[in-house]
Amino acid sequence: MTIPDTTSAEARIVVENLEMRFGRYLVQREVSFRVRPGEIFVIMGGSGCGKSTLLKHMIGLNQPTAGRVLYDGVDFWAGREPQRERLRRRFGILFQSGALWSSMTLAENVALPLSLYTGLKPGEIAELVSYKLALVGLRGFEGFHPSEISGGMRKRAGLARAMALDPDILFFDEPSAGLDPLSAHRLDRLLMELRDGLGTTIVIVTHELASIFAVADDSVFLDAETRTAIAWGAPQALRRDCEHVAVREFLSRGGTEAFGTENKRA
Amino acid sequence: MSNRLSSPSSGMAERDPGLGRVVTLDARGEGVLAIVVGGVWAVADGLADTDEIERALAAETITAVVVASESLAAADSTLAVFLARVYDLCQVRRLALDVSAVGGGGAALLALARAVPERAGTDRVKPSRAIVDRIGISTLKGMSEFDGQLRFCGALCRSLARLVAGRARFRRRDLIEVLEEAGPHSLGIVTIISALIGMILAFIGAVQLRRFGAGIYVADLVGLATAREMAAVMTGIVIAGKTGAAFAARIGTMQAQEEIDALITLGVSPIDFLVLPRVLGLALMMPLLYLYACGVGLAGGMLVGTTVLDLSPLQYWQQTLFALSISQFVIGLSKSLVFGALVAIAGCMRGIQCGRSAAAVGEATTSAVVTGILYIIISDAIFAILLEVWGL
Repeated sequence: MTIPDTTSAEARIVVENLEMRFGRYLVQREVSFRVRPGEIFVIMGGSGCGKSTLLKHMIGLNQPTAGRVLYDGVDFWAGREPQRERLRRRFGILFQSGALWSSMTLAENVALPLSLYTGLKPGEIAELVSYKLALVGLRGFEGFHPSEISGGMRKRAGLARAMALDPDILFFDEPSAGLDPLSAHRLDRLLMELRDGLGTTIVIVTHELASIFAVADDSVFLDAETRTAIAWGAPQALRRDCEHVAVREFLSRGGTEAFGTENKRA
Repeated sequence: MSNRLSSPSSGMAERDPGLGRVVTLDARGEGVLAIVVGGVWAVADGLADTDEIERALAAETITAVVVASESLAAADSTLAVFLARVYDLCQVRRLALDVSAVGGGGAALLALARAVPERAGTDRVKPSRAIVDRIGISTLKGMSEFDGQLRFCGALCRSLARLVAGRARFRRRDLIEVLEEAGPHSLGIVTIISALIGMILAFIGAVQLRRFGAGIYVADLVGLATAREMAAVMTGIVIAGKTGAAFAARIGTMQAQEEIDALITLGVSPIDFLVLPRVLGLALMMPLLYLYACGVGLAGGMLVGTTVLDLSPLQYWQQTLFALSISQFVIGLSKSLVFGALVAIAGCMRGIQCGRSAAAVGEATTSAVVTGILYIIISDAIFAILLEVWGL
């Protein structure tokens, strides 16, 4: 389990020795990994280890205290704001709660990125919006406000908005949290279809094991104890033969040998 | 409580009178302290006292502690907490503790509570109570608060520059909504407040001026006070409580639900998109509200003036017109424009600075009203000084 070579050219996203802090409180340090184009990459780890914080640093909401985030070799934080804005336009982001703009209808939510960044006519935008909403199973909900639909539906509408501009990188913060198993499964399938059909690179923050094993091509594990990344690779392989007990435990819901004996003793 | 233990003659017994819980201490030779628990352990009886045990541990040459249960009828978390306390006492004195003989799952609960080590770095430093420290802390807090206000003003200025350059992005509908909410929807409360203020002014004036036979000057008093001061300040305060608070709550909720993050990642400045239409809307609507409040206030004054004093409405009206000049209204109008912008800025600023919880939204709302009113009063004082200097 070695730290991946972050200098390789085929990486879409490279995170290099990233250090994240809130004031004096250290969240994670020396986090490094790379995401290849067209793969589903999972950032995993226990609750409170800084997964969502890492995502916020990657999408430019928080500035890292040290280290770099590169998109196709371009350093996100080195450039000026216009460059960052150009990079951001390539992202689609699904926030933990959906983060739909509550004063707008679903259609307006999905339409806003389109009307800001494309020269499309209102009729064309409406057509695209309906298509995107249908893609996430919300056909006919165009005129609804976020407060009028369920949490799962809000999440899917958030996904439709994230996909509005056909981004080449999609970020997901806990996509299956709060979804019923069937919806979570449908979401997983949608992610894989996006990857296979459009070649979208997808970065997911999650601790849902079913989802991790179903979709992840590659992953990084953030450890809450040592406050850094300790394992990289496909989750199946990590569950089998990762050198860190914490990772094996995590990926098997605590079902490794070491933990089993401890349980019996208690 | 039939299952209560009787205390052994050689040991010390601690028993809560009238309660079902029994703890018996027994020094068994070889430096072993035996603690026998029994009876009914219920949270309704409160937590068990461990002072006795602490004294026993301190007084005697004890090297090990054994806890066992006898006639333990029922136990809830109070037993687990008791065991945890004994565990802590033993840890301090480095004594061996054996709880394997405790029934009722007590040992398992203790093991579970101790299984996961405390997360390092979670201990918060308790704020010092020393007066010097407190002064220092509140000074730093005040400075960072001021810094936050300056930053927000800077961001707003940049946003205004973008507006002038035609590059600011916001929805026209948001602006219309603000105009509607601050304008027509506020008329009721503005009517009531302005009419009452006009009447109160007239009453105060009438009582005093009548004594000098100068009752007619009530019209001057009401007219000047309303046009120059009261109409603008009172509408400002009403709008701070109504619209400013609503801005903070709305934007604060958006902050708590990551909606602002979603805007930023889309490359849309939240200042342009959310703050600008609100500041513009309120700055546009407040002068109109002011004119309306002036009208209502003067009418209220006239009502009292004509009923309390023997003035005809025509007399009162002519006296009012005589007292007021256009410049009074210009002063009032410019005040209301400034107040409107300040109230909107205070509301939006508190919303944008809001934390990510429901409690933070509440705090932001309260703070928006306080800040809004503070801004109004401070700027009114500055107006007073400037007008004095300019001789207006």
